[in-house]
Amino acid sequence: MPELALHILDLVQNSVSAGAARVTVTIVYDTAQDTLTITIEDDGKGMPPELLTRVTSPFTTTRTTRKVGLGIPLFKQLAEMCDGELSIQSTVGKGTKTQARFRASHMDLPPMGDLKGTVETLVIACPERPDFCFIYRVDGDEFVFDTASVRQAVGGLPLNEPEIVGWIGQFVAEGIGEVEKSRAGT
Amino acid sequence: MKSLADLEAIRQRTLDKVNLRREHEGTRIVVGMATCGIAAGARPVLLAFMDEVNKRGLLDVTVAQTGCIGMCRLEPIVEISVPGQEKVTYVKVNPDMVPRIVAEHVVNGKPVAEYTIGAQDK
Repeated sequence: MPELALHILDLVQNSVSAGAARVTVTIVYDTAQDTLTITIEDDGKGMPPELLTRVTSPFTTTRTTRKVGLGIPLFKQLAEMCDGELSIQSTVGKGTKTQARFRASHMDLPPMGDLKGTVETLVIACPERPDFCFIYRVDGDEFVFDTASVRQAVGGLPLNEPEIVGWIGQFVAEGIGEVEKSRAGT
Repeated sequence: MKSLADLEAIRQRTLDKVNLRREHEGTRIVVGMATCGIAAGARPVLLAFMDEVNKRGLLDVTVAQTGCIGMCRLEPIVEISVPGQEKVTYVKVNPDMVPRIVAEHVVNGKPVAEYTIGAQDK
């Protein structure tokens, strides 16, 4: 995949399929450590230990149309290619936490890409449930976006109304822009 | 800067539209968004459909996603169901094709035959 934002979109779909009510995506750049850490945490149905041991295999999937599933394997491969690693913790009935670490300056690391597009797509695709929380952090600066607060503000209207999607997209783009501006300034 | 306070005005403006949408059994535009679809470019396609539907003010059209449709080599795949008509499957869709599909198929009821799966394997 040409963008990290596309990997995030893909992996969040796993959480959606797991029936999560809330999915939190945390993106953390640590300049001093030269790391990028992406964490996707959900309160979905979780995986039993047996499934967890083979979930990074390309020949494990929940889809019924094909016998291969490449979402997690591609993300794992990328992390390992970029001097990092992928870890998954999961408890049945509690949820799943997938975390990948990369060396931020690694030349094989794709750009973050269109996070705004990823957030908009998730909201259009899942207007009622789950709630998505995005945390974008560069060293000390942080932007947090939570669809739960949007849902409250629009009084329970579905979030895929074009005007609401437009607002969400701009809010996310501005918030990330602010964090990036302070990074460029230091 | 955008603030959460903007949303109250948006809520008031869109409330009527939402109710209108709920009353109509409308057209569904469904984009395949499994790993295969995403890798092939489904995200900009879905956003282009949303954009086009919004530009034209089509209130009875829903844009949604589904998982793997089963023909990964033909992704991005888009299925359009107009009430009373057979479902049409478009393959290898890119954002440039979207305005034409919306104009000819969704608005005027005439599928764009050359973009469909039927035209693909000929």
